[in-house]
Amino acid sequence: MERVPILKIGDILLVSIQVDMSDQTAVALQEDLAERIVATGCHGVIIDITALDIVDSFVGRMLSTIASISRVLDAETVVVGMRPAVAITLVELGLSLNGIRTALNVERGMELIAIDRADDRDEPDDDPVPEPTASP
Amino acid sequence: MALSADESGRLGELLASRSEQVTQRWTEIIAGQLRGRLSQAELVRQVQELHRALVDALSKGAVDLNAEDATELRAVLADFSRGQARQGFSATETATGVFALKEALLTALDNDQSVATLRDYVAFSALVDQMGLFTFETFVRTRESLIADQAEQLLELSTPVVKLWESVVAVPLVGTLDSARAQVVMERLLQTLVDTGSPYAIIDITGVPAVDTQVAQHILKTVVAARLMGADCIISGIRPQIAQTIVALGIEFGDIATKASLADALRHVLRLTGVETSRRQPRREA
Repeated sequence: MERVPILKIGDILLVSIQVDMSDQTAVALQEDLAERIVATGCHGVIIDITALDIVDSFVGRMLSTIASISRVLDAETVVVGMRPAVAITLVELGLSLNGIRTALNVERGMELIAIDRADDRDEPDDDPVPEPTASP
Repeated sequence: MALSADESGRLGELLASRSEQVTQRWTEIIAGQLRGRLSQAELVRQVQELHRALVDALSKGAVDLNAEDATELRAVLADFSRGQARQGFSATETATGVFALKEALLTALDNDQSVATLRDYVAFSALVDQMGLFTFETFVRTRESLIADQAEQLLELSTPVVKLWESVVAVPLVGTLDSARAQVVMERLLQTLVDTGSPYAIIDITGVPAVDTQVAQHILKTVVAARLMGADCIISGIRPQIAQTIVALGIEFGDIATKASLADALRHVLRLTGVETSRRQPRREA
């Protein structure tokens, strides 16, 4: 069975899905990822789906599940690199990836997680973040 | 009704022997209805080419326009009607160009009034009818391909995606948004987002004359697709009447940011990205 590799970059775990996902691969990925999050204490997970031509309801649910698992373990999940054709198909099918954050590429995804972590550190009491004001 | 081999041979001979007379009359008839929109030399060349192809086909024993021996004749006819279609002649004018051959042949037959000749003439006129229909079909096909080409060019022209600022792209939509155009706009915008890595896109609908539920649906789909990819869309350029229509139709834009003008949208995005915008006093000339 193929396994999806999980790479650690700083405080972030990077998962790049390059193979067609089957039930077994998906379950294995969820287990591996949960273990790695606990073992490394990372606070961010980036799932790169640039190589995926097809995202169906199965992959969508897998992504949602991974995001939920990560959230329980205090890690933020960002899905990056969705292709335009994939996005259009998802919209046409009426599938929405609820509870999943997205970014255009890995770099933007890392920025997003970094900003979130910074916010969390600054505002431990969940104060509303003051909007940066522009001069009129 | 197909020609018999005999008839086709006889007609080939007749057309070849009366070549001068037939082409001259033929040219006259066509020239009469074209009223000088085609030069005489060009017309004579076309008629002679058609005549030559027809004589060739008949002398080879073609009994039908679909026959093997008439391949060249079909090619010449197709060429003729394509030319007419591209130069903006009407379908009637093109078809009459071929049907004029009947009359031209009749003048060549004037002195001979036997029953056999009449039979030949009827058979021949069936062939000319076939030729006319073939011309008409080619004409329509050419026109259709012209229209398809133009529609495609219009699509290419009308959907530019421009970079407004660092990490901000904009799509100024101009003209009515139908499904085909919406699809092109959507694909191009999303592809540009990937290529430039811009997390913000502004869809400006100043140039869209009317927004109905369908257009709104297309725009919403684009915004949702962009969100799935991790980019934010702002809709700008909503004119007062359009705002009223949107409310009257009960279209919900939800949490999608909408702005009255492109400038507002850009300012909104710049604020989100943390770029400071400030108004500076115009410097006075000393």
